[in-house]
Amino acid sequence: MSREGRVAIAADVDLVSARQRGRELAAELGFSRTDATLIATAISELARNILAYAGNGEIELIRAHENGRDGVVIVAVDSGPGIADVEAAMQEGFSTAGGLGMGLPGARRLMDEFQVSSQEGKGTRVTMKKWKSVGR
Amino acid sequence: MPVSILKQGAYLIASIQSALTDGEVLQLQDDLVEQVGKFRSRGVILDVSGLDVIDSFGSRALHTIAVTTKLRGADAVIVGIRPDVAFAIVQLGLLLEGVHTALDLEEGLAFLNRRVEETDAQ
Repeated sequence: MSREGRVAIAADVDLVSARQRGRELAAELGFSRTDATLIATAISELARNILAYAGNGEIELIRAHENGRDGVVIVAVDSGPGIADVEAAMQEGFSTAGGLGMGLPGARRLMDEFQVSSQEGKGTRVTMKKWKSVGR
Repeated sequence: MPVSILKQGAYLIASIQSALTDGEVLQLQDDLVEQVGKFRSRGVILDVSGLDVIDSFGSRALHTIAVTTKLRGADAVIVGIRPDVAFAIVQLGLLLEGVHTALDLEEGLAFLNRRVEETDAQ
């Protein structure tokens, strides 16, 4: 059975299941153990942001295939307050929830592609992708 | 909770067996700082080989444990960070500055023994 799908995020225990699912999907796609850990860690940061800022939301895990490469797409969606200044939120050390401000910039460094769209009062959607290195 | 804390002479050895929720991590912080006083421990070894993910929250918790136990008079050493987890910590941009680390339990014990000898010699 594929590990694609959605994980609801509403409590700290859900972070553990979300990153576990991400690790399993990465393994299924043949990612190295290190890459699977990077993906699981990025999922953890996004899920943590959902809890801290929106209270609840979900993480979607999708297989991707593009230009002959396999990859994984992680989408984190919430209907929280949204991010007023996405550019500021991508800066290291910027936090409005009392965290380290490592969440978004940290997750971006762990993945290959990273995109944030947010509307104040409507919510936030973060899409990130990691591609499998060819021949690995 | 998937953490066992053992008293071994002047040291406390905390082994994390599997992934922890944030609540369990905070509980571990409290337990360790309290038990350092209860057992008058000189050192703490935190074995994290059971953790498959250490994100920004986890790194901050390790730092907090190292600093708070130090303030209580015990040196802390983190052992068993997995190779893939080490890569993730570096890429996240967290360097765990000021936190002592060792490869495994054996090296962690050797580190604490040296620290205690140095302190007692002063």
